[in-house]
Amino acid sequence: MNPIRKKRLIIIVAILLGVIATVALGLTALQQNINLFYTPTQIANGEAPQGARIRAGGLVKEGSLTRSEDSLTVDFVVTDGDADTGIQYRGILPDLFREGQGIVALGRLNDKGVLIADEVLAKHDENYMPPEVSSALEKTGMLKNYQDGQKETNK
Amino acid sequence: MNWTWFHKLGSPKWFYEISGRWLPWLSVSAVLLIVVGAVMGLAYAPPDYQQGNSFRIIYIHVPAAFLAQSTYISLAIAGVVGLVWKMKIADVAVQQAAPIGAWMTVIALVTGAVWGKPTWGAWWVWDARLTAMLILLFLYFGIIALGHAISNRESSAKACAILAIVGVVNIPIIKYSVDWWNTLHQPATFTITEKPAMPMEMWLPLLIMTIGFYCFFAAVLLMRMRLEVLRRESRTRWAQAEVARQIGRSA
Repeated sequence: MNPIRKKRLIIIVAILLGVIATVALGLTALQQNINLFYTPTQIANGEAPQGARIRAGGLVKEGSLTRSEDSLTVDFVVTDGDADTGIQYRGILPDLFREGQGIVALGRLNDKGVLIADEVLAKHDENYMPPEVSSALEKTGMLKNYQDGQKETNK
Repeated sequence: MNWTWFHKLGSPKWFYEISGRWLPWLSVSAVLLIVVGAVMGLAYAPPDYQQGNSFRIIYIHVPAAFLAQSTYISLAIAGVVGLVWKMKIADVAVQQAAPIGAWMTVIALVTGAVWGKPTWGAWWVWDARLTAMLILLFLYFGIIALGHAISNRESSAKACAILAIVGVVNIPIIKYSVDWWNTLHQPATFTITEKPAMPMEMWLPLLIMTIGFYCFFAAVLLMRMRLEVLRRESRTRWAQAEVARQIGRSA
């Protein structure tokens, strides 16, 4: 490679490294704002701002869902395995919403630490399978093992 | 290693001839792969146990999103080649690939929104992955606009190349956004290094579609570049002869 081309290439690489460093520092500083939601552990540790609109995300705890009899209000608990956050929501839940499903709820924390949500989104995972396979796995009680196994291989 | 092929690329005439030989192969394989992949994906792949049939949008969404990012990487590489080796064909490639990449980004965003509504419950969420993808779209718009705004060919080539190179930092952000932050978008189902998180009858059509989309990109890019090369070389004798031959053939 002749010296002029080499020099140009070095300049380009230097510019690119500078931009990467700038963006990396910026994103690290904004880390908390880029996260779409707070996990129940973060909320329990008081990392989530009080009174502001926040998103809480986690898995809907098995057996925690209660529907009101005379309105669309639903109460449920999301968990990340370590901590739980109660959520109250009034409205129509997305199709994928069920116990054990990952969800993200947007709303304000009240003084009891319950999130009064005005939007609930279902979070889909990266695993896809045909219905026959999932029902067969469910029958033998292997579905959970399968999903855990998938999570392990994806790490 | 023999680098003559690389230096030959500097000759527009050589590029025109060699690309003419590749073009039919690429076009035929693009059509075949996309048709086979679409039929397999839309008609024969089993539905998903949770999402039912709406998951089938993956067969458009994922290839388009892959291509949107790969196109940007190739823009950046062409930008480096243009700046360092002063190869004119590199600028032609940057200018002609940018609109294709922008369209792929639009397809990925729109199909994602259509899928997001039934699955997540929202058309759009300001999630790290989605926002980074939107920034990619604006980068494409920036390169297209910059290419048209500066009338001097050489300065416009330089400006576009620099923008393409600087913007490439967005690509790892898109790719790793789902791992670095809490996002609503799920992590990758389909990676080169690992076993896909779906059964074979689901991922095979996706693989075929992805290769088909890449062939489609290569074919469209070569067509656009050939036209642009003819336009830029319109004063040379070989280009005039080629245009005369083309007109003669179609008339």
